[in-house]
Amino acid sequence: MSLLLQYVRKSYREPDGSPLPVLNIQRFEIKPAEQVALIGQSGGGKTTLLNVVSGITAVDSGLVQVDGVDVSKLPEVSRDRFRAERIGIVFQTFNLLPAFSALENVLLGMTFSGKVDRPYARSLLEQVGLSHRLNHRPGQLSVGEQQRVSVARALANRPKLMLADEPTASVDMAHQETILTLLRTACSENNVSLLLVTHSPEVSAQFERVEELTAFNKPEAAA
Amino acid sequence: MNLLSIVWKSIRQRSLASSLTALSVALGVALMIAVLVINGVVGRIFSQSGSGYDLVVGAQGGSELQLVLSSIYRIGKPYDNLPWRFYEELQDYAGVDQVIPLCFGDTTSEEEGSFPIIGTLPRFFGTNYAPGRSFGIKKGGEILKGTWDAVIGSEVARVNGWDMGSTFKMVHGGVQDHVHDEEFTVTGVLAPTGTPNDRTVYIHLRGFFMLDDHAKPASEAIERNAALFGENIEELRIQYADLLKKEEAAKKSGQHVHHHDGIPDIQKEVTALLVLTKAPTASIFLTSKLKEGVIAQAVNPVFVMQQLMQNLVGNVRYALMVLTGLIIVVSGIGIFVSIYNSMSDRKREIAIMRALGASRQQVFSIILLESVVLTVGGGLLGLLLGHGLVFAAAPIVTARSGLLINPMHFETIELWILPALLAMAIVIGILPGQTAYRTDVAKALYD
Repeated sequence: MSLLLQYVRKSYREPDGSPLPVLNIQRFEIKPAEQVALIGQSGGGKTTLLNVVSGITAVDSGLVQVDGVDVSKLPEVSRDRFRAERIGIVFQTFNLLPAFSALENVLLGMTFSGKVDRPYARSLLEQVGLSHRLNHRPGQLSVGEQQRVSVARALANRPKLMLADEPTASVDMAHQETILTLLRTACSENNVSLLLVTHSPEVSAQFERVEELTAFNKPEAAA
Repeated sequence: MNLLSIVWKSIRQRSLASSLTALSVALGVALMIAVLVINGVVGRIFSQSGSGYDLVVGAQGGSELQLVLSSIYRIGKPYDNLPWRFYEELQDYAGVDQVIPLCFGDTTSEEEGSFPIIGTLPRFFGTNYAPGRSFGIKKGGEILKGTWDAVIGSEVARVNGWDMGSTFKMVHGGVQDHVHDEEFTVTGVLAPTGTPNDRTVYIHLRGFFMLDDHAKPASEAIERNAALFGENIEELRIQYADLLKKEEAAKKSGQHVHHHDGIPDIQKEVTALLVLTKAPTASIFLTSKLKEGVIAQAVNPVFVMQQLMQNLVGNVRYALMVLTGLIIVVSGIGIFVSIYNSMSDRKREIAIMRALGASRQQVFSIILLESVVLTVGGGLLGLLLGHGLVFAAAPIVTARSGLLINPMHFETIELWILPALLAMAIVIGILPGQTAYRTDVAKALYD
């Protein structure tokens, strides 16, 4: 199993101190190399789910197993390391560092796993069609090119699971298709499972498996 | 890519703010270096220049400091002169190895730099002016062989363009309209010593005593000798009746007394005596013995200068060090403000790195390292600038003061500057580093 969530609960605190349940998941899983589109309303907990899976946010209880490891039981430092080594993240707003070139942004993804592999970073950028833009900074790249850099960066550490948070929301329709194809192809070629959050029916329609968050997340039941 | 390259990228991204803050540290350190080096030079000169001599002997009544400053550093004049007879007697004191007479007060003319002129004996140049440092003389030079020979310091030669064969006249007592008629010829140029000797002209004592007004009037000399050595004044007046007659005759005719065969010993005076003793105990014995009398006092120049250094120069140095230290601390606060203010803009950047797998410790280290690079980098630049500043200022300082400054000389205390800056950088980086450490990744990523 690439991802397994069981009995996962996560609440935030309201300003008055009362708990605000966001996640209450009995079971959710993704098989190796499987690609899943996750849809749901804004504020429904999609981003929190991605943060919980990546170990950025700690759960209150439950099992968060990625590639056979229960992330929720790891101390924070190990979670960070685990995220660097096994999980790739593509953000809606790309989140490239403006002072770094395309190649350096990809290398940055490798830095924290301790495995900097410059030839592989170059090959990833070539794979996403940016071999001619290696030394360009994000400000010198088009929106579509920036998102391609972020896909290459997410693949930098040969992850087992790719998390994509509305990766096509910031690009126009023409680029949407390109980005999506790129992401899915890259995950397939590299045998990486993909969990992609989207609002777009056009995007979700391309996935064989589409999950509605409310179908397996029942926060109101935890209240 | 490593943490240092990430830091360097961040610094380059804010290049103006980064370079200005590092430059402020650099300037602070450069100032400190300049103060340290120049102070070190001054300190060494003050502590070493007179240390070649065991004792300086001068007339009683003046301060010890005045005696040392005038005879070793050529600053001011001593309180009074010593009779020649005392000089001769002192050579026979137990434990005394060598006594070198110095007669001073005259200078070169204003146009020729008003350098002090000292009448002495050739053996002065055979002593060490500082421990292990003996005088060197330009090739072909001679050390006061003839009566009208002069040996000049390197700075005197440089300023006046004098060399062997140059001639000059002396200004009596530094009073510009009283110039001695006799002309002296430079026969030797001293190698630079980095001490006041470089700014001094030496003439033979014999020549010094041949000049008008360098003899104490016979009547006064007789009275003084009688008083100081307990002699019968009437007997002395009989003994030196010829001198008194000459003096009387000259007074009536309104002319100077001319001593064509040199001044009689009773009318000779020396300004100070440099004494080398056979053992340190002899110096102590001589000092206390002279204290018992009424003629002279002996002081250890090193001891006097150490006291001056500790009480005055040392405090000035301390104050300068504190000031420059404060400049560096203010620069440090500038770096702190710069990094701390940038933290709100960098929260997203930090959150991205955390999302890519950077640990809290790693982002903390990045900020701390940035502080270290700016502070220590600025410090290194300051070290270079400081020594560069001294390098540029050295010829000017030498020209104006005669102090020889080696720009490449490192003070031991400089070794503490970089560790101190490192400690400061760590202190500066802690608070912004903690901000990075505590960044809420989920919040910062989606804000």
